[in-house]
Amino acid sequence: MKSDSNLEKVLAAGHFAVTGELGPPRGANLQAIKDKATHLKGMVDAVNVTDNQTAVVRMASWAVSLVLREMGMEPNYQMVCRDRNRLAMQSDILGAAALGINTMLCLSGDHPSFGDHPQAANVHDIDSIQQIQMVTTMRDQGRFQGGAEIDTPPRMFVGAAANPFGDPFELRVLRLGKKVAAGADFIQTQCIYNMERFAEYMRQAVDMGLTEKTKVLAGVTPLKSAGMARYMAKKVPGMDVPDEVVKRIADQPKEKQAEEGIKLLCEQIEQLREMPGVAGIHLMAIEWEHRVPEIVERAGLLPRPQV
Amino acid sequence: MITAERKPMEEIFRSVEPFGKILLVGCNECVTVCHAGGRKEVAMLASALRMGRLKQGAPLTVDEMTLERQCDPEYAEELALVVDQYDAVCSMACGCGVQTVAERYQGLPVMPMVNTAFMGSSEKNGVWAERCAGCGNCVLGMTGGICPIARCSKRIFNGPCGGSSKGKCEISPDVDCAWQLIWDRLKQLGQTELYSQIMAPKDWRSARDGGPRRIVREDMAI
Repeated sequence: MKSDSNLEKVLAAGHFAVTGELGPPRGANLQAIKDKATHLKGMVDAVNVTDNQTAVVRMASWAVSLVLREMGMEPNYQMVCRDRNRLAMQSDILGAAALGINTMLCLSGDHPSFGDHPQAANVHDIDSIQQIQMVTTMRDQGRFQGGAEIDTPPRMFVGAAANPFGDPFELRVLRLGKKVAAGADFIQTQCIYNMERFAEYMRQAVDMGLTEKTKVLAGVTPLKSAGMARYMAKKVPGMDVPDEVVKRIADQPKEKQAEEGIKLLCEQIEQLREMPGVAGIHLMAIEWEHRVPEIVERAGLLPRPQV
Repeated sequence: MITAERKPMEEIFRSVEPFGKILLVGCNECVTVCHAGGRKEVAMLASALRMGRLKQGAPLTVDEMTLERQCDPEYAEELALVVDQYDAVCSMACGCGVQTVAERYQGLPVMPMVNTAFMGSSEKNGVWAERCAGCGNCVLGMTGGICPIARCSKRIFNGPCGGSSKGKCEISPDVDCAWQLIWDRLKQLGQTELYSQIMAPKDWRSARDGGPRRIVREDMAI
């Protein structure tokens, strides 16, 4: 094993993995984290803790990760390249590893123009692929990016994100290949609604042998309403929500749309379990953590394996 | 002006290795002024390439041309008549010129022969120094005409930091402390009250941080 990560163990044992997500609070509110986390405990194998997602300031992802750790959960510590240079990244990684964080996710980060501090300077000292190389070099070779030796390397299980739906389509799998070559142990994808296109993406990834080198967790997000479906379809960059998906939710009366969203999600999870190369799902129930127990139960994903 | 320096010869030889016939194109603007890529430097590099490749036993045909302004599509057009005869264009202009030529001649490799460095001015003969970071929102009126972004190593707006010593920056005794210069000039101008104001965090959107920039002048459109 490369780490003590529960996610690594679950995947290594061949289980269909389930990861969840928790967005840190917009303040120093410890209770808010605990309230959200309670819904996820025992329901998922690891919980992604987002890092200033959509470029909006929130509590530090390492701090929230530690809270989850103390609650007996496995945090997947997210780190974006937008806000930190390589010095800050490496020191945060050492601190996180020393305090029991075993899993992390390397990301570029949304541009500051989307967030609450559009005036902010944009760091991007290194990009997400270089970040994967940096962390795996720290772990496997015991060296900082600058070359100096590390006393007690951080044993991180290292993940990366992938969007199967951005353009140009022909580059999506090639870029995934670059992330795998950089050392990504696992991949979590952007939310999938276009199953056909995702299946084609996975076919290419399997053909290239990428799924033998990394574990792909397919990203899914329940649609809570027709409004949300339309928003995802129109406003979120790089998201592919087919018209029939929007229509399926919108055709229901308002009070039944959430239920239809969960039904659709369960069907998707069923399909994903059968799809070659898919090693699990990453369930992003955005501000809907309290529905996660019901979703994983109905999708037949309980109980989570003890490894 | 935009300053540049010719790339190391070893790198240049490597980059032209696949080619048998190149057009070496200079620019009559900034890179001429900073002696990196004008007519004279084109001639010097051309003969160095010819001799070097002859020595390697792989002769290279190098034709020379220097455009009035390589970053201007109208001048880049001048290459159209001859460009088909070459395996590649090797540009001695700044990155703006290289890209203008590459955009115009899509099917042709355009190799950079200089490293574009910074926007600066000439301090004395043979010395150029950075003066402007192109941040898009000039503060020189507040800082005695000396830019804290381009000239302070930490781009501090409320300097100097604790590393300023005898007018020099902590990174090197060859680097002036921008805030020492600012303070000296504010005193000279009788504007020391400007220093007491805390300068607010900069809005970096007008700089590169906000994404690639464009200037659109509707009044200039034809």
